[in-house]
Amino acid sequence: MGCGAEGVTKAVLAAAGVVAEHRTELIELDRAIGDADHGENMNRGFTVVVAALADAAPATPGEVLKIAAKTLISKVGGAAGPLYGTAFLRAATKAADQSEVDVQGAVELLRAALEGVQARGKAEVGDATIVDALTPAVAAAEAAAAQEGADLAAVLTAAADAADRGAESTVDLVPRKGRASYLGERAVGHMDPGARSTALILRAFAEAAR
Amino acid sequence: MKKIINDPADVVAESLRGLALAHGDVLRVQKDPALVVRADAPVEGKVAVISGGGSGHEPLHGGFVGTGMLHAAVPGAVFTSPTPDAVEAAVAATAGPAGALLIVKNYTGDVLNFETAAELAEAEGTPVRSVVIDDDVAVKDSTYTAGRRGVGGTVLLEKITGAAAERGDSLDDVEALARKVIGQVRSIGVALTAPTVPHAGTPSFELADDEIEFGIGIHGEPGRERIPLEPADALVARLVTAVVEDLPFASGDEVLLFTNSMGGTPLVELYLAHGIAEKLLAERGITVTRRLVGPYITSLEMQGISLTLLKLDDDLTVLWDAPVNTPALRWGI
Repeated sequence: MGCGAEGVTKAVLAAAGVVAEHRTELIELDRAIGDADHGENMNRGFTVVVAALADAAPATPGEVLKIAAKTLISKVGGAAGPLYGTAFLRAATKAADQSEVDVQGAVELLRAALEGVQARGKAEVGDATIVDALTPAVAAAEAAAAQEGADLAAVLTAAADAADRGAESTVDLVPRKGRASYLGERAVGHMDPGARSTALILRAFAEAAR
Repeated sequence: MKKIINDPADVVAESLRGLALAHGDVLRVQKDPALVVRADAPVEGKVAVISGGGSGHEPLHGGFVGTGMLHAAVPGAVFTSPTPDAVEAAVAATAGPAGALLIVKNYTGDVLNFETAAELAEAEGTPVRSVVIDDDVAVKDSTYTAGRRGVGGTVLLEKITGAAAERGDSLDDVEALARKVIGQVRSIGVALTAPTVPHAGTPSFELADDEIEFGIGIHGEPGRERIPLEPADALVARLVTAVVEDLPFASGDEVLLFTNSMGGTPLVELYLAHGIAEKLLAERGITVTRRLVGPYITSLEMQGISLTLLKLDDDLTVLWDAPVNTPALRWGI
């Protein structure tokens, strides 16, 4: 069973909800190692995504993702805007005008999103960025999708679990990208805000798929 | 947090409204997306020099819009780079067939958003070049960081390229000039206190009363080390040494010395520091022939200063001296 425009919209709205709920936490994570704007920017962007989706009533998963992408790029700013915007845009392009996202399709969208983030940000696993959460999430989603009888909720839950562990792993890392990189060793002990927001969004997707 | 604000979300828009009222003779402010544009833009036949970045560094960049400097400034949210569509709108509002030069400070968000905007504008048929300024010597190793940050040198770069554009230089020439300036300008800063971002509400970092952060960035990001507060002579010597030895600047060089307040340091301390810096440079045989002293690239109310040195030649000196009429820099008119 796949997930149509309505289901994908529900997932994006759930992501907006979780970003709003965790706005202060993301600001505080960023305040420790960056410039304290991540929660604010993400919340500003996703708030407009919610309004844009309500206005547009998109007909396919690809259209939903494209609206999210364009809104995030034009409203978030900072590094998060282009990175998350590119992630959604690549996923939208991968979805093309298919009417449903199935288990295999979801894995492909996640992989396209990861490739987009890497192309824009040039980060690798271990740099303490979004990539540290998203890379294991894609791998876990692929493994889960290979299981017999896997459904979307199981695949996305596996991705969210892996993203949580990936975000947790950034606590011990010396950041090599973004503003946190200037702290060097002093950033050790702090979770990367981008990795955390990625884990939160994937968890929201998983919950929405239940 | 004690600030003269209403809703933190409205700080930038309300501030721009005041800027427009205060300086309507040289600039205008556009909304959605927010832009500060020269009153007489687009200027026919001239390259448009455009910069921007997060707000909270005033007068950078909006205060440098006017004749002889920037054609447009693109203000993002506080400490947040603007989005590509805003930068593209600035190009559309100011650039003609002569094209536009985008001055980008080296921060991940600024570089990503301005790069995207440059691609969009090129696709629309406007010749656009971008230069990334990375003058902060506090950040040493670019392999393990996002690279050196753009700080005080940005102000000098905007003035000099703006003057070249006003003179009628081609896009190729203005770009080459910008790269030359970036090649020979260096800065370093120090913080005594942290800034407070309005939407965060608490200081960006904690410093004890007797501690300072040496090598601070303009968003309060640390650079080199946290050290005990020391008297001005020792502190300024530390700053001068870090900058001079980086390029390196050598005996016989003629330079512009820019002593900048990070927002919270008053002029009495700023001039005190400037005097010490000039003396130390003279001792090294480096001649200061041009000066700029004041709060020009700030970090909200953060206490601290930065020093910027630019190696001058005749052309750069002429361009620095050229008339400028903006809210924050005004001479020769």
